[in-house]
Amino acid sequence: MASFTPKRPRPLSPHVQIYRPQLTSVLSIANRVTGVVLSFYAVALVAWLFSATAGPQAYSTVHDFIRSWFGQILLFGGTYSFFLHLCGGIRHLLWDAVHGFELRTIYASGWTVLAMSAALTLITWAASMSLAG
Amino acid sequence: MDKERMRSPLGGALGLGSAKDGVEQWWLERVTAIALVPLTLWFVVSIVVHMNSDYAAAIAWLQTPLAATLMVLLLTALFWHTALGLQVVIEDYIHSGLKLPLVIAMRFGCFVLAVAGILAVLRICFRS
Repeated sequence: MASFTPKRPRPLSPHVQIYRPQLTSVLSIANRVTGVVLSFYAVALVAWLFSATAGPQAYSTVHDFIRSWFGQILLFGGTYSFFLHLCGGIRHLLWDAVHGFELRTIYASGWTVLAMSAALTLITWAASMSLAG
Repeated sequence: MDKERMRSPLGGALGLGSAKDGVEQWWLERVTAIALVPLTLWFVVSIVVHMNSDYAAAIAWLQTPLAATLMVLLLTALFWHTALGLQVVIEDYIHSGLKLPLVIAMRFGCFVLAVAGILAVLRICFRS
């Protein structure tokens, strides 16, 4: 009877799930994931502009959705994704300019990215809420 | 040893090897990223400031030359950067024959959205 398992299975190198998540790897994939997520928000930006061309009724429909609790959650997620991608992107640009490659610096910049993106998200929402009155 | 001699005369004649523009995509991703830093920050600040604007105020804001110009620049850099970034993601994870059609479809999509967005800004801007 023919066996479906190969007679001599080839050795496999350990894949991503075998490693403990680290700040470096988590921020690396986070930058990519937020980039993909933000492309959906870019589509939403064009939809918002289209509603503005369509007239007051379409515009207020879009704004009512943004003001709903679901829209606010999406907007908050978009804000955090944007600032994480922005800070992570600036970290990448510094690396591209051959700065901060020491392990200690990499961890310091990683925590800075996390702190800055959280702070900028909170500042943005605090500012918009205080302006809303 | 001279590097030139490592290549066969036929290989040299056919122009095999690096096309010398491989770094273009990597470089443009960085350049558009640098452009997006001020443009996106301007956009976020503007949205926060105009959060409570009604339709007429939002249109009046988009009709100012500064807002319209920066908005067109934002859409250009944003969808350029998006196309370059998504292409890398597709190329990293899709290894079937679907890769090239997906990249082409994604690029078409980004171009369509950029053009549609820019035209929307211009239609608002030149509305009398």
